[in-house]
Amino acid sequence: MTAVLTTGVAAGRKAASRVWWYVRELTGETAYERYVEHLRKHDPAAEVPSRREFERQRTDAREADPREGNCCC
Amino acid sequence: MLRTLSPRSIAIWTLVALIGAVGWSVLALARGEEVSAAWMVAAALGSYAIGYRFYSKFIAYKVLKVDKTRATPAERLDNAVDFHPTDRRVLLGHHFAAISGAGPLVGPVLAAQMGYLPGTIWIVAGVIFAGAVQDMVVLFFSTRRNGRSLGQMAREEIGPVGGAAALIGVFAIMIILLAVLALVIVNALAESPWGVFSIGMTIPIALFMGFYLRVIRPGRVAEVSLIGIVLLLLALIAGRWVAKSSWADAFTLSKESLVIWIVVYAFIASVLPVWMLLAPRDYLSTFMKLGTIALLFIGVVVAAPMLKMDGVTDFATAGTGPVFAGSLFPFVFITIACGALSGFHSLISSGTTPKMVEKETQVRMIGYGSMLMESSVAVMAIIAACVLDPGLYYAMNSAPTVIGETAQSASEAIRGFGHTITPDQLAKYAEMVEEQSLLSRTGGAPTFAMGVAFIFSEVTGDGMMSFWYHFAIMFEALFILTALDAGTRVGRFMLQDALGNVYKPLKRVSWWPGLIMTSAIVCGLWGYFLWVGVRDPLGGINQLFPLFGISNQLLAAIALTVCTTLLIKSGRLKWAWVTGAPLLWVAAVTLTASWQKVFSDDPRVGFFAQGDVAQEGIDSGKLEGKALDDAHTVVTNTTVDGVLSALFAILVVIVMIDAARVCIKALRNPDSVVSHEEPHTESTYVAPAQLFATKEEKAELAAAGLGSGGGRIPGQRGETAGEESRT
Repeated sequence: MTAVLTTGVAAGRKAASRVWWYVRELTGETAYERYVEHLRKHDPAAEVPSRREFERQRTDAREADPREGNCCC
Repeated sequence: MLRTLSPRSIAIWTLVALIGAVGWSVLALARGEEVSAAWMVAAALGSYAIGYRFYSKFIAYKVLKVDKTRATPAERLDNAVDFHPTDRRVLLGHHFAAISGAGPLVGPVLAAQMGYLPGTIWIVAGVIFAGAVQDMVVLFFSTRRNGRSLGQMAREEIGPVGGAAALIGVFAIMIILLAVLALVIVNALAESPWGVFSIGMTIPIALFMGFYLRVIRPGRVAEVSLIGIVLLLLALIAGRWVAKSSWADAFTLSKESLVIWIVVYAFIASVLPVWMLLAPRDYLSTFMKLGTIALLFIGVVVAAPMLKMDGVTDFATAGTGPVFAGSLFPFVFITIACGALSGFHSLISSGTTPKMVEKETQVRMIGYGSMLMESSVAVMAIIAACVLDPGLYYAMNSAPTVIGETAQSASEAIRGFGHTITPDQLAKYAEMVEEQSLLSRTGGAPTFAMGVAFIFSEVTGDGMMSFWYHFAIMFEALFILTALDAGTRVGRFMLQDALGNVYKPLKRVSWWPGLIMTSAIVCGLWGYFLWVGVRDPLGGINQLFPLFGISNQLLAAIALTVCTTLLIKSGRLKWAWVTGAPLLWVAAVTLTASWQKVFSDDPRVGFFAQGDVAQEGIDSGKLEGKALDDAHTVVTNTTVDGVLSALFAILVVIVMIDAARVCIKALRNPDSVVSHEEPHTESTYVAPAQLFATKEEKAELAAAGLGSGGGRIPGQRGETAGEESRT
């Protein structure tokens, strides 16, 4: 019984972590991590912007070209 | 590529085909008795599965010849910002969220006046042979061209004339689209304190989220979205309380004052920085959209409600329907629009998505697959409209000129349509959703919300009915408001770009005077049509919606023209019918509709005929007071609408003729064709083509040591291992 329960809990946890991964990817929350990883990969000593700075640049870029949003119908 | 099928596969696909066929037979053969919506779901899903499995595979491998060894722009130009290879499942959600909007929720509801059958047939057949094909082919060609936009491709492949016509077309279409969407929410929120309060609350909620993301915890989108949704639901619950309190009057707005509020709101929102309102609103509406669609699916499957509307009503042939005028051909196709084929999707398929595709082979799942999902939303909308008592449906969707202003007159008018609904019943329905009246709540959103409330309350009990109604209204209003903001920005951007050729500083997006002026022009333009729609004595939706449908389908015609030209120019004349046939169909539909809207003698259909009737009234000298004003309004409106219908049609004919010229030239002299395709670069990525990896793909992933998301083969091109990989 406990064995079933533990595997059940483990499976639930795995499912939850997958959902969380999906939500974070979908909303673009991982954009910063991806960007830092990208910079580091090419140059481990690269200067990395802070998250605050990066997110600012990202929204401001949308300001400059608004066409990359959603569709209206 | 099409290998011989295994017996197991043959058995499965025969079964799927049978399910679909049985669904269609039940729908088509039902006469006089109610049919369960489950059959409609079976018919649609069965057909989608067959279309996806066979037709999209044929297009991907035979026509487009997708090549998994070819690196995509995301792989070649990866900068981790706009170009980056994205997990196919994430991109599917992304692309679906980007293409789905209010269109497929509105069109099918209006089309239900002809019965559930014509609408459903077009939603399903249209998506399989036209809509999904367009989305996928545009996505493919744009991916081959580093994610170029449709406008750029039109200019490059067809020429400056076609390109310019396409650009003006997109701008004009945008204006009409924004006006119609705004009209939909005005009709849904007028005289509804509950709705106005809960929608109004989304503004402070979005501002809070924007502040949180900018200042408190930058970039933590998922957590702030959760907080936002909880606040949104609280606002919804509080709305009920407000509507019953002494504050109710402050939130009870007439249509006219709502128009002013909405135009002013959209203007302010579009000049504010993106982070304040637009970005957080986008997150909220995306979550609400995906969540509500998922709930609706569950609701329809669990409740399996009965369809009360007839399969085919008399309005289908007579063309005298109260919701929109005109006969089945071409107007059912014009009205359904986005759920089956949407020109706007070609802008998304040639925008963000092609810069994120990991593998060329995935355009099938992302382009074709997302559009099938969108189409299934349209099927849900037609179900929501058809589970309503037809009497209620007509009462909600007919203009006051048809059914009068009182429940008594509505009840009598509806008896004339062959349905019975008593004034008491009408009052009771309004009371169930805690609205003052449901008469002439045109625009589709209230009808859809009513259907959703019926379906959901079959699961949750009748006590929740008013909550679900307002939940659905909020869900639609939320993303329409986001669309107004985003759309105004896009329109402004195009205007700045065009006017910038005359006066340079206008091109600079950060120049305030230019920004404010161009925003005001765009808001003024759609605001004009919105105002006209609200004041229109003949009923705004039945005048403006056909214009919206025509313009959207004409944009699809432009996109399909570009696709067909590209197929011919790349030496694939024998497959040109894949996009050429839907192009001919949509051209026939829209040009017929434009023709009828301009030249029809029937004042219900033709804009100018309508104007002539009103002009005769004015000339006769018998009209006075409000009737005279109305007649003047009708003359102006019909002239503007008629001229626009003609303009749209002319623009598209120009694009098509220009494209035909280019195609003939390419066929006569194949050597003269210059390809704008990026040259082949060997891909170092491994990723499955479909949602689920095949046995071979799994082996390939395992050999490269990658997870189910795929990624770059470790060690290639000096990259570090394991990027993007997940287990």
